[in-house]
Amino acid sequence: MAAWTMSRTLCARRVTCRVASLARLVALAWVIALPVQAAEKTPSDFGIPEVRVINDALRAGWADARLEPSAAATDGEWCRRVYLDLVGRIPTLAELDAFTKDSTADKKQVLVDRLLGDEYVDEFARSWTDVWTTILIGRDTDNEMVSRPGMRQYLRRALSKNASYDEFVRELVTASGTNAPGASNFNGATNFLCGKMEDNGIQAAARTAQVFLGMQVQCTQCHNHPFNKGKQNQFWEFNAFFRQTRALRRFDGGNDVSSVELVDQDFAGEGGDPEEAEIYYELRNGLTKVAYPVFVDGAEISKSGYLPGTMSDGTPYGVNRRHELAEMMVASPLLSRAIVNRLWGHFFGYGFTKPVDDLGEHNAPTHPELLDTLAEALVEASFDTKELMRWIVLSEAYGLSSRTTRGNSADDPAMGERPMFSHFYLRQMTAEQLYESLLTATRADLTGDAEERARLKDEWLGQFVIAFGTDDGADSTTFNGSIPQVLMMFNGPLIKAATETGKGGFLDSVATSSMSNPQKIDLLYRAALARQPTRREVTVANALVGAREGDVTAALQDVWWAVLNSNEFIINH
Amino acid sequence: MPITPITSVPDGMNRRHFMSHLAGAAALAAPATAFTNTLLANAPDMQKRHKAAILLWMGGGPSTMDIWDLKPGAATGGPFKQISTSADGIAISEHMPLMAQQMHQMAIVRSMSTREADHMRGRYYMHTGYVPNPNVEHPSYGAVIAHELAAQVPSLEIPPFVSVGGGSVGPGFLGMTWAPFVVDSSGRVRNLDMGIDQTRVNQRLEMLATIEKRFIGEERGGSARDHAKVLDRTIKLMTSDQMQAFKVDQEPEEVRERYGTTGFGRGCLMARRLVEQGVPFVEVDLGGWDNHQGIFPTLADNKLPELDKAMSALVEDLVQRGLYDDTAVIWMGEFSRTPNINGDGGRDHWARSWSVVVGGAGFRRGVVVGETSSDGKEVVTEPYSSQDVMASVLKSLGISLETTFTATNGRPMKIANAGRVIQDLFA
Repeated sequence: MAAWTMSRTLCARRVTCRVASLARLVALAWVIALPVQAAEKTPSDFGIPEVRVINDALRAGWADARLEPSAAATDGEWCRRVYLDLVGRIPTLAELDAFTKDSTADKKQVLVDRLLGDEYVDEFARSWTDVWTTILIGRDTDNEMVSRPGMRQYLRRALSKNASYDEFVRELVTASGTNAPGASNFNGATNFLCGKMEDNGIQAAARTAQVFLGMQVQCTQCHNHPFNKGKQNQFWEFNAFFRQTRALRRFDGGNDVSSVELVDQDFAGEGGDPEEAEIYYELRNGLTKVAYPVFVDGAEISKSGYLPGTMSDGTPYGVNRRHELAEMMVASPLLSRAIVNRLWGHFFGYGFTKPVDDLGEHNAPTHPELLDTLAEALVEASFDTKELMRWIVLSEAYGLSSRTTRGNSADDPAMGERPMFSHFYLRQMTAEQLYESLLTATRADLTGDAEERARLKDEWLGQFVIAFGTDDGADSTTFNGSIPQVLMMFNGPLIKAATETGKGGFLDSVATSSMSNPQKIDLLYRAALARQPTRREVTVANALVGAREGDVTAALQDVWWAVLNSNEFIINH
Repeated sequence: MPITPITSVPDGMNRRHFMSHLAGAAALAAPATAFTNTLLANAPDMQKRHKAAILLWMGGGPSTMDIWDLKPGAATGGPFKQISTSADGIAISEHMPLMAQQMHQMAIVRSMSTREADHMRGRYYMHTGYVPNPNVEHPSYGAVIAHELAAQVPSLEIPPFVSVGGGSVGPGFLGMTWAPFVVDSSGRVRNLDMGIDQTRVNQRLEMLATIEKRFIGEERGGSARDHAKVLDRTIKLMTSDQMQAFKVDQEPEEVRERYGTTGFGRGCLMARRLVEQGVPFVEVDLGGWDNHQGIFPTLADNKLPELDKAMSALVEDLVQRGLYDDTAVIWMGEFSRTPNINGDGGRDHWARSWSVVVGGAGFRRGVVVGETSSDGKEVVTEPYSSQDVMASVLKSLGISLETTFTATNGRPMKIANAGRVIQDLFA
């Protein structure tokens, strides 16, 4: 009953006010705190109000749904997941030991601060460059309109300097210049749109709305949306923002495209009047309609197709449609909600909605108040997404074990339930996380050029990518837990390299160390799984040493192969 | 040391069979010859007739009014002429001359009318019979048919759902065991060889099973067990002689020529070989139909000749080898293209009136079902949906339409989304 009253209170609050201050956040935390006083012990919020908001909101949800949260994850488990989720790889042995042996109360906070700070800035940028590259341009490496090195260069820089999210979106949406590094007027941010300008920028409109505003508008290109308020005119009004923009191919002297230049030009309009540059679209009944740039909330801008300029008498004219669009996007509550939902999904495996980039009215979020509160808090924090990451990974729910109990096994989004986050949800590592984790586990030499490393990784990823060759640039991956992935993990060159026994390599250095055999096996387990082997596992491993007739290196190779191929290794748990 | 499989209940094979795979691990020294033995023992089983389906998936949305339902003379009709075929009264595009000789084996449904004109949504809908739903992932044709028919060939060691040249759509709530095995049209399967002797392979697998089972036992969720199930399937496939079915290069050159030396040609030939081996479902992808610009030269010079050669050779071979009566062939894409020709000489996405083609198994042959208006913009007879096609395909294979699955969320889901059988496709 108390919980019901509370959610009513929150609903009322959401309707009446949109802008939150920190003080109000704290007040909200008080309101939510009431029904959970009976719960066992209050989880640490590390003195961060937003963490407390998350803890209290999720606890209220558990009380409502009569779910008992799982126990806390072990230090090893938590350490492994926070490295995977923040810097895209498992921890090294040294990193793991430093954390598990630390007995100070605030060690989680200290580790998170370090992972988000200067010490790990290159690794953070590398990992999130992988994440954003996939979001912005997909995994297809075979598209002449897109320069992956250009995209990555932009992302690495933006992420290294921790560009605020509003600035990041502005740069991507308004980018002009040439997409490939080394070309004159280079601007890697253009790669988001360069490959989406065909057919009057239909994909530019669809993907911009989907990625940044959580609106799936692609269907309304042809008809009104059957389930929500999406209307066909809205799609074309949004598309109209991209009509001054052209993606021009630059050739290398032959037939190959060497780069693509994204430029803004005066737009004459399909009616031929640049003062009122209109576009046309067709209704399903064959009637033709007119559209001008109108934002999703109904805000209109000048209908002029001219870019900004000044007449001889000094009167300004014209408008840059993409610049206007970017400003309206960053001011929209949809933007902050969309990024909160996306990042929540990154850390928890499930967003407040599924899919994470569909926040339309037909797709109600699981925790609407929390989503709104975090979105507002992110705006308050000047769109610093590292702050949002900090709040999420320090929350109680992120720290729960993935082992389910009788009290919460029903909370299983893989079974179609709405996620309540009462335990940590298993998910397979991404291909990029696996690649980087194998390098980490085998102590590969990671010095060297970041782009060269990214190129090698792309080459490896290529074996899993299937491009559909359609206008939406969609692709899928066989790195999805199916047989080709298992074959790669069994026998692929990457695993062959990770398990090689040559002099001076990882296994050789373990085998020839002064440790006892059980200690060597123990080390392999901690390096890959962040835990020690069970007694039974040691027994089976020792049998292997026997089977290899005392060739310890070969036996360790067998153990290592098995460990790296296990569900426990490839699943983030 | 007792040996148990990685998954406690091995999927698709009996327990003794599975144990023989891991026998080497038990003794840690025994020779591992189990694989070849079981193959030979099951050879007679291969002779038995079994049902199968081949889906020719046209990714991107092919313009069916330029292929199967021409409108010569209409403003929307485009430049292609129609030609008569081996089926009485049925005419198709002039750029499909080889298929024209096979139309007495096929049935065209010209009255498809669907609502999904976005690639992702259309691909999902046409593959599953369901529109995308955030709370449940539905199984695709391949997963459903493999699930229903896999038991008929117990000796099958390669995956029962193979997708050639494309990713198809996943198994949804049926689980990763029924995921498509994706290969490219070269038929080369990567990473098959571990490069060490079988005894040592088995010993490694014993170590792996120990870790795997411990983690499953901790009840962290279904994906831990799914991983183990896929391991079992992979182990089975790695040393199977049945993998020869993927090797289209073993076919005589004249046969390969007849299918066409294209990716799709090789894929269709591979589909025939896989069905002969006992695989119940093969999807072969031909992309490149998203023709927003310059559609007519693309179709005439490129897409239709490639399609025509491979599809006609496949049907001809299936008939000639006595497989056609048990093998359904389905040709479709996610939608079709606008009757109106756009300013770039292309056609855009269109789902309202279009065609799919089926043949073989229990389907009536040499017929057309349904009709579109003279400009191709409307279906003027009873319209059919994705689920209706799916129900009809299942019926042609003798799969009961009363079958009900339990989705992961516990809800009962009728096979093919309770689609209605298209009665005119059956005698």
